Amino acid sequence: MQVKYGSPPECVRTMAVLGSGGHTTEMLTLMEALNRSRYTPRCYVVADTDSLSAARATEKERNWGTLETMQMSKIPRSREVGQPFVTSVWTTLYAFFWCVKLVWDYKPQLLLLNGPGTCIPVCVMALMFRLMGLMDLKIVYFESIARVSSLSLSGKIIYQARMADVFLVQWETLLAKYPRAKCLGRLF
Amino acid sequence: MQKPTKDGLSSNRDKRGSPGALFEALKPGMGGRVFVTVGTTRFDELIRAVDSHEVSNILRSRGHDALVVQKGSGEYKMHNLLAKDEAATTLANGLKVECFDFLPSIADHIASASLVICHAGAGSIFEGLRAGKRLVVIPNTSLMDNHQIELAHHLEHLGHLVCASPETLPSVLSRLDDTIFVPFEKGSPHGIVTAIDRLVGFSN
Repeated sequence: MQVKYGSPPECVRTMAVLGSGGHTTEMLTLMEALNRSRYTPRCYVVADTDSLSAARATEKERNWGTLETMQMSKIPRSREVGQPFVTSVWTTLYAFFWCVKLVWDYKPQLLLLNGPGTCIPVCVMALMFRLMGLMDLKIVYFESIARVSSLSLSGKIIYQARMADVFLVQWETLLAKYPRAKCLGRLF
Repeated sequence: MQKPTKDGLSSNRDKRGSPGALFEALKPGMGGRVFVTVGTTRFDELIRAVDSHEVSNILRSRGHDALVVQKGSGEYKMHNLLAKDEAATTLANGLKVECFDFLPSIADHIASASLVICHAGAGSIFEGLRAGKRLVVIPNTSLMDNHQIELAHHLEHLGHLVCASPETLPSVLSRLDDTIFVPFEKGSPHGIVTAIDRLVGFSN
């Protein structure tokens, strides 16, 4: 992948989307392994119904001693588990408008995604600004370790629409079905 | 805490001495503790399956001395192994039984167990595997979009754990062969981190 920066960047404005279940755990495991003095500042995006993820990320950052370089942004959840499709159209639209402002205000240079429904509107907005030439950013998607033989819905959308610069899975069993994905190991 | 019952451990020692008894193979301290966890979910079928004297006898005959159950938010009470409102006891066969809903961290319980019986949540599975524990995993088949069954079956296929259902748990436990578990090699974020570093231009 060709890097657009003229000289190596000092630090990268990073945005990471959290989500309930294992998504937040995996994202924070990756964040722990990244050099946070360079992946800074960091903006965590959570659904406003997901106070647990927000609390866990804040707690981790406090333990790392890097609380002052992170922020938490809460957006309306695009789709609750089990929510009827019809009403989810409205909540999704609402979430999209939030995301326009969120992404525009923060201007991330790196977007980290791993599958919760919330990551789709954020990803689409970031791509839109990039296509318009208003932002220079990279998008990384890594599928959850729980996915062995099929991608999550978010994963399928991002894979099929080729939205990510790097698309990773954690099990090689997925590579036959999704040849453009890469497997660079498991987080756990 | 653990209050011994009338015929607790002493009577069990007698049984062990008798030839051909169920407890023939029992070696004190060799089997260690069994930890049952449903993570942050509820899974009453799993707790109900564990709450049986058949299972407690199988565990005892395999040398285990304690059964610790983290039952989550489920409504089922362990009325077979525990008396009403009782959180811990020692059974007639010598097995210590303890039950609680949640703890902030179950890492200590996993670390001190020799066998972990859990639901198919990725969190519980990898916490057990990374601690090097023998795992019996019971997928919750009542969940919708249950891709976690895939994960459990895949890891069973690789030999890292054994899958069971609430119905088959007793037979799986009694047939459990400790030598079949393939050691789990811990994953590492290194490969993913390197790819991201390269993508944004941090080459070193």
